[in-house]
Amino acid sequence: MPTNVIMPQLGESVVEGTLSRWLKQVGERVEEFEPIAEVTTDKVDTEIPSPASGILLAIYVAEGQTVERGTLLAVIGQPDERVEAMPSIVPAHAHEGAAAQTSAPSAEAQKSTAQRYSPVVARMAAEHGIDLTRIRGTGLGGRVTKKDVEAYLAAQAAQKQPASELAPWEQPGGGDLFKPTDEIFAAANAKQATPVSQPAITPIQPPTQPLPSAELSGTLVPHSTMRRAIAKHMVESKLHTAPHVTTVFEIDMTRVMAHWKANEAAFAAQGVRLTLTAYFVAAIVRAAQAQPTLNSRWTDDGLLVPNVVNVGMAVALNDGLIVPVIKNAQDLSLIGLARQVNDLATRARAKQLKPDDLQGGTITLTNHGVSGSLFATPIINQPQSAIVGTGAVTKRPVVITDADGNDVLAIRPMLYATLTFDHRVADGAIADAFMRVFKETLENWR
Amino acid sequence: MPEMTLIDAVRAAMDEELARDPRVFITGEDVGKRGGVFRATMGLYEKYGEKRIVDSPLAELSIVAIGIGAACAGLIPICEIQFADFIHPAFNQIVNEAAKMYYRSGGAWNVPLTIRAPYGGGIGGGLYHSQSVEAFFTHVPGLKVVIPSTPYDAKGLLKSAVRDPNPVLFFEPKKGYRSIKGEVPAGEYTVPIGKARVARQGNDVSVYAYGMMAHYAVQAAEQVAHEDGIQCDVIDLRTLLPIDKETILASFKKTGKALIVYEDNLTMGYGAEIAAILCSDGFEYMDAPIMRLGGPDVPAVPFSHPLQEAFMPNPHKIAAAIRQLAAY
Repeated sequence: MPTNVIMPQLGESVVEGTLSRWLKQVGERVEEFEPIAEVTTDKVDTEIPSPASGILLAIYVAEGQTVERGTLLAVIGQPDERVEAMPSIVPAHAHEGAAAQTSAPSAEAQKSTAQRYSPVVARMAAEHGIDLTRIRGTGLGGRVTKKDVEAYLAAQAAQKQPASELAPWEQPGGGDLFKPTDEIFAAANAKQATPVSQPAITPIQPPTQPLPSAELSGTLVPHSTMRRAIAKHMVESKLHTAPHVTTVFEIDMTRVMAHWKANEAAFAAQGVRLTLTAYFVAAIVRAAQAQPTLNSRWTDDGLLVPNVVNVGMAVALNDGLIVPVIKNAQDLSLIGLARQVNDLATRARAKQLKPDDLQGGTITLTNHGVSGSLFATPIINQPQSAIVGTGAVTKRPVVITDADGNDVLAIRPMLYATLTFDHRVADGAIADAFMRVFKETLENWR
Repeated sequence: MPEMTLIDAVRAAMDEELARDPRVFITGEDVGKRGGVFRATMGLYEKYGEKRIVDSPLAELSIVAIGIGAACAGLIPICEIQFADFIHPAFNQIVNEAAKMYYRSGGAWNVPLTIRAPYGGGIGGGLYHSQSVEAFFTHVPGLKVVIPSTPYDAKGLLKSAVRDPNPVLFFEPKKGYRSIKGEVPAGEYTVPIGKARVARQGNDVSVYAYGMMAHYAVQAAEQVAHEDGIQCDVIDLRTLLPIDKETILASFKKTGKALIVYEDNLTMGYGAEIAAILCSDGFEYMDAPIMRLGGPDVPAVPFSHPLQEAFMPNPHKIAAAIRQLAAY
């Protein structure tokens, strides 16, 4: 007989709580009184002990969801026991109504919770790019109703000023990694029209809540919207979408560094700050054209291989990360690329990117070397297939062979570059072929 | 503008049509000297004479069959079936002859026939004087089915029915014959067949009803507005066939929640078709399961008063259903 795990009353006059974290996953064994979930209310944060020993058979409330006391959270039972998709526990007020004979909502339909959405709610969410888990449902059992979505949109509209001309730019499932939510755009755009002093994105707040745990003192820093968006995209890409593989190449940057030194001033005279990023983008274009398989998007119907190379470049912000896209990078010279890099990075830091700046990427560059990192294994920016990571250029002693075939020790500016790719799309040989072109382009730069 | 009962409005429509067009005549049981059991034709026999207000034998098959023959021969009959419960002997004439005549004759013959029949329960009429029969006929292409709920619509729609070149079944909510009153213009006007009426406006729940239930729906809507702050759109369908999909869907797109009320027993009732339209054409606007409120699936409306009350939808039951839907 399965045992229901119910949202407890967490104190006097506390009638609802937010399920902040599941400590056990479906299928895991739990013992009676063992904590299985963490719950946050406006008054107290606590753990919910398991009411029985057994296997966690089903979870009905997602992390981050706020539910009323008495809501069914999970079911614990034996491995061979089966549970309904959503059994028992109908909120008391669902039973009112002495109809002669009514056909709907059926008892089954009334058991739906916030995790199931009506067609109109699903459509509005898609149209407006809304993450429905962010909306608190006021319907039966916490259902998100059409009115809840309308109220949410109205609240959003009240916040944004000139943002109304922005098309909803992020469709669920189709978004590029690192994209912030539409609110960030609204806020960023609003900043353009308002005094500079107003921050477009709420900076990380000073700690506001004491950490509840007795043995660990500290503070709880609330997540920013961008942080949540990044978290979601990272988990989606790495854990639910692409099997990641990383290959590492060592690249001699002597030619590039020489070219850079020789042209920096000339570029500056034309108003362009030349950076290594421009060279890396140029090398990615060459490599992507040689191995288009990695400049692609995986779809169930087949591999979508664009005939352009749109290179996303990760730009670190104080409170997160954003990836504007250099469109048609294959058509741009080094100075054109550098100009694009300057423009996008500047506007990214000023939070003045437009939705279009973030769309259409086919491959991504993360130049993590700017912060001193030697090499890294970044996460693929979905729905793309690969991401290039470039580390810091450091002078290292390397063995080179001179024209006469003699090995000599030399001091060279060296770079570790990585290609992290989706193993569904390609195998190591293709990835290495890509990186050979990338390496040769940089080493033979002229 | 004079205030009239529903039955007075029905009589006024027939009077005006009889006066307007000499081809119009009325036939049915006790429609002549007696003036009809509900007094729908009271005074017309005296005014228009026995050739135009014709008492019939106690045989519904022949009432309708005579109407069809007369219509084909160029007259405009109004056949009265004393209670809709008694229409069944004429089912073959209506479905096999009247509905199909125009189609089967390749457009050579048409049947401008109106069949009036009081329908519905709540009057202590028991098994044979309380039935709702509309769903049998709304399944039949070739027929039009009209159910007015107000005196204004009863007059305007009945005049349209008489003038319509097709067979029209005109069902009148008999419980409302004298209890429903409203302003009715004295002279000529018509209400088009095929258009529903928005009886009340609101954004929370759409309630679809017709006949007596349209009144109850408005009462229930006022009750929940007052007590719960729930605002309902109430759509009085008025014409059941052809269906006014446009008005039905416009309301649903606004509210996303639908309650369909009818006093027929629930299963395979008219509300099922409304629900199907909402599902197929309004799916992306749906915010709650579509809900129907009807009578239980028992063979007839019971004679016993408490059982009749249990059978019939009423404003209280409708309000409860609206609350349930609004909370979903």
